[in-house]
Amino acid sequence: MSQYVAVDTVGVATATPDEKQPWAELGLKEDEYQRIREILGRRPTQSELAMYSIMWSEHCSYKSSKVHLRQFGEKNPRTPRLLAGIGENAGVVAIDENIAVTFKVESHNHPSYVEPKQGAATGVGGIIRDIIAMGARPIAVMDSLRFGAIDHPDTARVLPGVVDGIGHYGNCVGLPNIGGETYFDPCYQGNPLVNALSVGVMPRSRLQSMQASGTGNIVILLGAKTGRDGIGGVSVLASATFSETGEDDARPSVQVGDPFTEKLLIEVCLELFDAQLVVGVQDLGGAGLTCALSETAAAGDGGMHVDLELVPLRAKGMEPHDILASESQERMLLIVDPAKAEEVLARAHRWGLLATAIGTVTDSGRLVVDFHGQTVVDVPPKSLADEGPVYHRPIAEPNDLGLIAVDRAETLPRPSTDEEIRQTVLDMAASPNLCDKSWITEQYDSSVFGNTVLGAPHDAGVVRLDERTGVGIAISLDGNGRFARLDPYHGAQLALAEAYRNVAVTGATPIAVSDCLNFGSPEDPHVMWQFERAVTGIADGCQKLGIPVTGGNVSFYNQTGREAIHPTPVIGVLGVIDDVARRIPLGLGRTGDTIALIGTTSEELSGSEWASVAHGHLGGVPPKVDLDHEMKLADLLSRLAETEQLAAAHDLSEGGLAQALVEAISHSGMGAQILLPEGADPFTYLFSESSGRVLVVIPRGQELAVRTACESRGLPITPLGVADANTNGLHLRDHFDITREDIDAAWKGRIGARLGE
Amino acid sequence: MARVVVDVMLKSEILDPQGEAVLGALPRLGVTEVASVRIGKRVEIEFDENAQNVEEQSRVIADQLLANPVIESFAISIEAA
Repeated sequence: MSQYVAVDTVGVATATPDEKQPWAELGLKEDEYQRIREILGRRPTQSELAMYSIMWSEHCSYKSSKVHLRQFGEKNPRTPRLLAGIGENAGVVAIDENIAVTFKVESHNHPSYVEPKQGAATGVGGIIRDIIAMGARPIAVMDSLRFGAIDHPDTARVLPGVVDGIGHYGNCVGLPNIGGETYFDPCYQGNPLVNALSVGVMPRSRLQSMQASGTGNIVILLGAKTGRDGIGGVSVLASATFSETGEDDARPSVQVGDPFTEKLLIEVCLELFDAQLVVGVQDLGGAGLTCALSETAAAGDGGMHVDLELVPLRAKGMEPHDILASESQERMLLIVDPAKAEEVLARAHRWGLLATAIGTVTDSGRLVVDFHGQTVVDVPPKSLADEGPVYHRPIAEPNDLGLIAVDRAETLPRPSTDEEIRQTVLDMAASPNLCDKSWITEQYDSSVFGNTVLGAPHDAGVVRLDERTGVGIAISLDGNGRFARLDPYHGAQLALAEAYRNVAVTGATPIAVSDCLNFGSPEDPHVMWQFERAVTGIADGCQKLGIPVTGGNVSFYNQTGREAIHPTPVIGVLGVIDDVARRIPLGLGRTGDTIALIGTTSEELSGSEWASVAHGHLGGVPPKVDLDHEMKLADLLSRLAETEQLAAAHDLSEGGLAQALVEAISHSGMGAQILLPEGADPFTYLFSESSGRVLVVIPRGQELAVRTACESRGLPITPLGVADANTNGLHLRDHFDITREDIDAAWKGRIGARLGE
Repeated sequence: MARVVVDVMLKSEILDPQGEAVLGALPRLGVTEVASVRIGKRVEIEFDENAQNVEEQSRVIADQLLANPVIESFAISIEAA
């Protein structure tokens, strides 16, 4: 029996122009299908139809977001640091004249809901390959996670699976997990968010390109075999012959990752890059070969010929469209000079990795794919990769905007007695979003490589890049869906400001941004409005802060039925620190050190953690953003880190000052004696979530210098008290005491307990 | 006393990294004629003597605890006492 008798070739397609094709089932609109026919001058073959449906999907083409994302390019500040930006696999920024760093955050939301462990694991694997494709050695991962209510039964399925998957993949491939965030909100119940970030480092000279250039160059597929992974989408193309085999599980939508193969991919690729054996490289991600072939061909000389039967397969009876659409993990595409092809294959085999020449670069301007000598694809590659549909989706301001704005949390009943406020501090510390996350983070290896300087629960992860000079990077990943729900423009800027501040708090100077934009359906004009506002907020914010958006990803259709998630832009900020030995940690320093607050506390409770925990309330206007202030603050912190005039620092965010104190006390093993400023309302002072605030700990003798440094920048600083090893926990003078035991009892061990573990 | 054996296997099209690793190691043993290795797990369950609905209960155990039906399939065989 021959497997390829029924193959739909270009010849067959030309001869049977009226054959009915399942374009609608593949997610194409009628006008999109007609455009494909116009481009080709005939009906597409099944393989071509599969390729267009994948490349023109929202996920690959950014057809709804493109018109808005242009703002990043238009507003991005010019910086000589930016070596590769939006459109590449990941943004690359220079650290110094020799070293560059590449980083990117990407979503794997839907797969992580279907199969939490493998979904999250392959999310990590995918982002690591983006880093390799730029020529960098991955050095760390991070993750931003959002789940439904912590006591919902399905959270007990999704959360442990996701954490297991991230830990399994990251730990096996040997990358430290240096932090991230985990939040719970009922809006993520049927739609958890799993956003994974990876960062890599490279000599600047090793920067790689995805161009398939040089006619005659060889196209090599490297890594795992190709199976029927994740091709559920194109299964409507299954021919009758195949369905008759009756395998019920033949079309899995779940991909399983193999971190050990990924580790080999890293080593092989870096060895090939160093030996300058590679002209172009592209990872195989969401759309498999379809995406890698069309993108490299479109970026290069414009032509490629591939013999698809050469692709090593894991499953029997795969048809050409299956092979093209397969999302099998741990694969890369290399473009190699023919004179070097043999050496590339040999080096890959030495590492025990499959490597197969599957085609050549041509100057035909066409991407031609043959299967056993029959042409199944013959298309202009740019029409797949660059010339997909672009939509100006309708945008409409939500009707409830005015109502939400006046429903302010500042009017909610508050605790008034000292005893009530004390209890609120503990209740907040015990709440799912604020409680200790070590149940999650201790499942991750945070120190492999020996370069992790700060990991969870610090505000940002800090990694050393060079042992000799001590130069390092800090990264923080932050989002706040509630603020963005209240006001997507300022909510996105609040997330940006927080990530920026978290990096600054370690003493690093923020230099670049990567973002993961998680939203509901773009076909809903209200969601599109949220998206447009959030993108504008980020673009404006980055312009103001002088740090470029270097890349990222958009995840639409995060909704259950008609209910969309809160708009959730997650922002990753990367900073550089000249000497990691001078980073500022979390904690309380030593006995007698001064605890002070930099920034201004206003009565800003709308969208706050308190409003959510105490009242289940979401309304009003989120805290004000002042990016000028954030820049001054970052400048101050990097200066004070350099002069070693801070013993510790901690960003104030969800839960306000109260939560910052709880975390500093718990982390340091010290106590704190605090006296609130005269006339301050204790509740507001402790729980307001005003932006732009940092709790700092000043070593004895440095108080005046720090005060002067603040005042010269126009930054308000308020002394709050002293660190004291003999104080048990928090002593809030004239109000209440909370012992360390009470703090620990409230804050620690909550996640495991709530999940019933 | 009913003895139940549950075999749990990854579905046939799902990548089995463990099986692949074993397959990759075989040539080192001089075994070169193996085309594929798939690794699953076998679970032996012994029910109480008077247990009722053994098959149904086994199915619940296998479906909800032993196997992950999204990526794994299972087979139940009941051995009489």
